[in-house]
Amino acid sequence: MTQAPRLLPETKTGWAALAVGAIALALMPLFASPYHVELGTTALIAALLALSLQLLVGVTGLVSLGHGAFYGLAAYIVYFLSPEGSPQPIWLTLPIAMLVAGLAAALVGLFALRTKGFFFLMVTLAFGQMIFFVFHDTKIGGGTDGAYLAKPIISAFGMTLDLPRRQRPIGTYYVALTQLIITYLALAWLLRTLFGRVLEGIRVNEHRMQALGHNTQRAKLIAFSLAGALAGAAGHMWAMHRGFVNPEIIGWHKSAEALLMILLGGLGALHGPIIGALAYTGLTEVAGLMTERKLLVEGLVILLAVIVLPKGLSGIRLFSLAKPSGNPHDPLGDTDPSQREVKIDND
Amino acid sequence: MTNSPSTALLQTTNLSRRFGGLTAVNNVSLILEPNELHAVIGPNGAGKSTLVNLLSGELLPSSGTITLTGQNVTRVPVHRRVHQGIARSFQRTNVFKEMTVLENVRLAAQAAFAPAGGLFQSSARARDLVDRAHAALKRAGLPWAASHIAGTMSHGAQRQLEIAMTLASEPKVLLLDEPLAGMGQEEADRMAALLKSLATDHALLLIEHDMDFVFKVADHMTVLVEGTVLATGKPADVRNNQAVQHAYLGGHA
Amino acid sequence: MSVFLAQLLNGLQYGLLLFLIASGLTLVFGVLGIINLAHGSMFMIGAYVAYAVTSWSGSLWLALPAAILGGIILGSILERCLFRYFYKREHLDQVLLTFALILIFEELRSLFVGNDFHSVPIPSLLDFSIPITSTFSYSAYRFVVIGVCLALAAALFYWIERTKMGAIIRAAAEKPEMVDVLGIDARRIHLTVVAVGTALALAAGALNAPLSSVYPNMGDGWLIISFVVVVIGGLGSISGAFWSALLIGMIDTMGKGYFPAVAGISIYVLMAVVLLVRPNGLFGQRT
Repeated sequence: MTQAPRLLPETKTGWAALAVGAIALALMPLFASPYHVELGTTALIAALLALSLQLLVGVTGLVSLGHGAFYGLAAYIVYFLSPEGSPQPIWLTLPIAMLVAGLAAALVGLFALRTKGFFFLMVTLAFGQMIFFVFHDTKIGGGTDGAYLAKPIISAFGMTLDLPRRQRPIGTYYVALTQLIITYLALAWLLRTLFGRVLEGIRVNEHRMQALGHNTQRAKLIAFSLAGALAGAAGHMWAMHRGFVNPEIIGWHKSAEALLMILLGGLGALHGPIIGALAYTGLTEVAGLMTERKLLVEGLVILLAVIVLPKGLSGIRLFSLAKPSGNPHDPLGDTDPSQREVKIDND
Repeated sequence: MTNSPSTALLQTTNLSRRFGGLTAVNNVSLILEPNELHAVIGPNGAGKSTLVNLLSGELLPSSGTITLTGQNVTRVPVHRRVHQGIARSFQRTNVFKEMTVLENVRLAAQAAFAPAGGLFQSSARARDLVDRAHAALKRAGLPWAASHIAGTMSHGAQRQLEIAMTLASEPKVLLLDEPLAGMGQEEADRMAALLKSLATDHALLLIEHDMDFVFKVADHMTVLVEGTVLATGKPADVRNNQAVQHAYLGGHA
Repeated sequence: MSVFLAQLLNGLQYGLLLFLIASGLTLVFGVLGIINLAHGSMFMIGAYVAYAVTSWSGSLWLALPAAILGGIILGSILERCLFRYFYKREHLDQVLLTFALILIFEELRSLFVGNDFHSVPIPSLLDFSIPITSTFSYSAYRFVVIGVCLALAAALFYWIERTKMGAIIRAAAEKPEMVDVLGIDARRIHLTVVAVGTALALAAGALNAPLSSVYPNMGDGWLIISFVVVVIGGLGSISGAFWSALLIGMIDTMGKGYFPAVAGISIYVLMAVVLLVRPNGLFGQRT
């Protein structure tokens, strides 16, 4: 009698398809060249970031343009904790990176969530850029040049997982994949909880949720902080993958890219951003091989995706005209509440 | 006012709300007694919806106070007001169309009652909330509809769902914004019977355009014109009030 | 004293340029409901137009009219070919559409002009300083920038506050459905607003070109500061954008002059405070 959360597969077949996808990803390094394994890791990290943002966009209906800042901040935390020459265990760096990113998100959310719609976009973007400028304009993280760091190591019971140099990319790949699967399952669980239903209600009609007696502000703040912490996990993984940080990873283009991956993969499914991230990473790779004008190709693809595929690869809804979107103008109560709904088709 | 031994459940004192130069609600003082069905009528633009929004907390008044059982709730935010016992329905059907009927009502129950197992338990396991939701559905006459998708039901059933959602928080006061809007005769009759039965153990304040209905069911009426109370009292008194007849009812009475 | 005076004038000049950008941003959103992230690219294009015109004709005098004309044309094309299909789309779609435009404009700039930094010379006629006090003189060109900005701002205010179309635009920014209800030719209004907003951003870019160098991605920073201006000024309010732009211009310039260590984040702190106290903006009229 209880309904399956909208963003999760409805049938066993759907879950089986996801499992097959996960197994395919797990088998990939056995057949791919080291270069492609590294590319795969990059794609998985992008998927982690996009998935964390889906908690805001697809689940709660909050479009943030500052999400990349928490990702980048966490990567810098790894640099502070594990500077070049003194690697630290992942058990230390990951929780701290997530905690700091989550707290930063809570602080930003405290201000940004006082606004809605267009304002929320602008405010999240501005605060994100503030964090960017802190690392861009000061020397604390190596300034604009960036800095090298020691990749966190995996150790347990005094044993350190020490792969030969050639196999290290594969190790990182599996760490990223494990993290992605855990994050997906954790979010799938969250969607099934009472709290998940509140977020879902907020996305559809926040005003109605308030009138029912829900403290939507608090729920949004929790979601925003949680998403920030998960973005932090992605940023941590990036630092672990690249061993290098620079301000570019904090910039708002990162946030826009993550949004694009969500749109490309689909808002209507929790796994949408993963598909979108894999597709986008592959696409930029191909574009980079074909032409020097990579951004032009990317831009045109985005344009095409927005115009032709407004609901992404996983929930293809072709050429459907837009529904009225949330209108940030209207004073409370005087307009049609259905106008407030940001409806998303997922069928 | 609050020191006098009043039986009032909900009371407003000189409540006003201005939008720029326009005064939508002007010095409105009204009293809602327990187990009373109080209808607010008035022409379009009389400030009825604004009044409901003030009472529910979606708008804050420019001046004046609102008390609930003697406690000042004038500036209490919307969601906390629900916890204190005020629930509202909307003029335009405002249910979660893609969710099941049960899920709609359960969300409402969840807002008012902390689930026994905490917020981070599976929604399927929150038995206490589900039970409350079923009870509210039964009261609103929708026990058959629990597993229907809300958006697929008839308009009348969706209006009933609105009522069930307000009931799920077990409120003292129900604010109903045109509960009969867009209903056929049969549906309206059913709704009228439902409201009558609710008035036996709730206080109802409702806005309605259907005069026959209002005169039939209301215990008390307030006529609002241009944001000001033109008359208030028993339906019979209001019907015979010269000013009301002149300004509003016209040839109706 | 003279340093202070210079900072004051710099702040005024910076604030006025910000206003030209932010007013377009807030107008386009207020009337059309479109979030234009590519508005910063318009500023960048204006700067490159100034560079191209001066290196082709040797004169900066042509740059401003060329930028305004170019802005009107570019704005009209964007509105006709893209924006009008996105008025009712979700924010996410609008964000990505205009983000794509940023990438495309940057790549086209790289294709046609390259990735080098360029400087645009101040016209020799204006390449002198005007003495203000016995110890202080101020660049004549910056005075001209202040003057042109004020003139453009005055024209904008006249258009919004005193003309029939302006009245409709104000109404539309308050209640977007008004335009349709009144049966006004909404298409013409939309086209005009985007054209004017774009032209103002290009004009700002052209005016600013001789003051800083002309370089790739230069629009990004201006875009984000303009967002802060709009947030602090209150949405849809041109006069709010004006005062807010001047405030930001002053705080940023003074901060860089006197407290360089914290200048970078001072305006964001201001934004945070405004959001706490008046979430609808300092000059917003909304309840």
